[in-house]
Amino acid sequence: MSKDWPLYEVFIRAKSGLSHRHAGSVHAADDEMALNHARDVYTRRNEGVSIWVVRSSDIVASDPGDADAFFEPARDKIYRHPTFYDIPDGVENI
Amino acid sequence: MYTQGLDQKTGDRTQPGKAESPENLARFQARVDAEEKIEAKDWMPDAYRQTLIRQISQHAHSEVIGMQPEGNWLTRAPTLRRKSILLAKVQDEAGHGLYLYSAAETLGISRERMVDQLLAGKAKYSSIFNYPTLTWADIGAIGWLVDGAAIMNQIPLCRCSYGPYSRAMIRVCKEESFHQRQGYEIMVALCRGNDAQKEMAQDALNRWWWPSLMMFGPSDKDSKHSAQSMAWKIKRFTNDELRQKFVDVTVPQAEFIGLCVPDDDLEFDAESGHYRYGEIDWREFTEILAGNGPCNIERMKTRTEAHENGAWVREAAEANAAKRAARAAA
Repeated sequence: MSKDWPLYEVFIRAKSGLSHRHAGSVHAADDEMALNHARDVYTRRNEGVSIWVVRSSDIVASDPGDADAFFEPARDKIYRHPTFYDIPDGVENI
Repeated sequence: MYTQGLDQKTGDRTQPGKAESPENLARFQARVDAEEKIEAKDWMPDAYRQTLIRQISQHAHSEVIGMQPEGNWLTRAPTLRRKSILLAKVQDEAGHGLYLYSAAETLGISRERMVDQLLAGKAKYSSIFNYPTLTWADIGAIGWLVDGAAIMNQIPLCRCSYGPYSRAMIRVCKEESFHQRQGYEIMVALCRGNDAQKEMAQDALNRWWWPSLMMFGPSDKDSKHSAQSMAWKIKRFTNDELRQKFVDVTVPQAEFIGLCVPDDDLEFDAESGHYRYGEIDWREFTEILAGNGPCNIERMKTRTEAHENGAWVREAAEANAAKRAARAAA
């Protein structure tokens, strides 16, 4: 009985001009096989023009359990949004 | 889909320290009730995790075993067009199995373990794939009825509370519509053919109708998982509700091509707007789940042989990867 091949995360660019987006994951023995598997599993209907694969173990992720504290610094800075500012009626193009 | 490999980095994917206190359970249920998606690394009750592992892995196994009844006709499809279509459909089933295994892996079970469970006969797959495909019309009936029933089941699963499962189902549903339409097209062609062809179509409907209704699972009063799965928003409709929807949309499709649904008790109830159908033979369903269907043994034998015959390929790929890594390091 063999062990599972390493897991790769698959990111696909649907068409030029768009960014790559996470599509799913595949197991593969090496990088080249991961690309081929990703193509066969996730782009059978021309869903992409470019694929990235990356070892799942190489991804560093934030912890949802710490999300409150982690994202807290941005929470009280509402002045970063344009709607924070009062502009007198009658002023246009701003 | 987040993944197992990714989750293991935190070292506490099941967060055993966070006991299943009433507060945690209530907070979890509140998130589900608010239609928030639960993601792989979020806290979840162990029973929720185990229910999903069971359901998603069974679903994946069904896709994989489901390649066999149709694969049986790949070399005998009547035209090159039909053959290309059937090949694409069977490839889709393999793809669906892979999306679903990936989704299940996010819950902390390995692919290897799921495959072992299937091959050891410990994991179930859909009862429908234990029936034989005797004629070409069976390929039409499977696409039309079996994939039709699967769509009915899977569309609500796109809104499942578990994010990775929901996303996998959205992808599957996008592809499934082609499966049903190609099946119905086969039935249409046969029904517009000669008497023997029409008879073949009717015979296929006769054999696949009741097993398709059984695909929705036991009746609500006997379904032990239904209530909890509904509360967790894994399921959105009960087995009987989905079965009724399937009957309501499928009967007119049969009538349109001049086929007769094999149920003497079937009648349209104008008041409710639903078709009333006869009693399902649940003994047959139970027997098949117990492993005593017409093809249970054959399906498992074929799957096991495919896995064993592929062992040298997997070993060779690993050896090649190791050799390349060693060369790159040198």
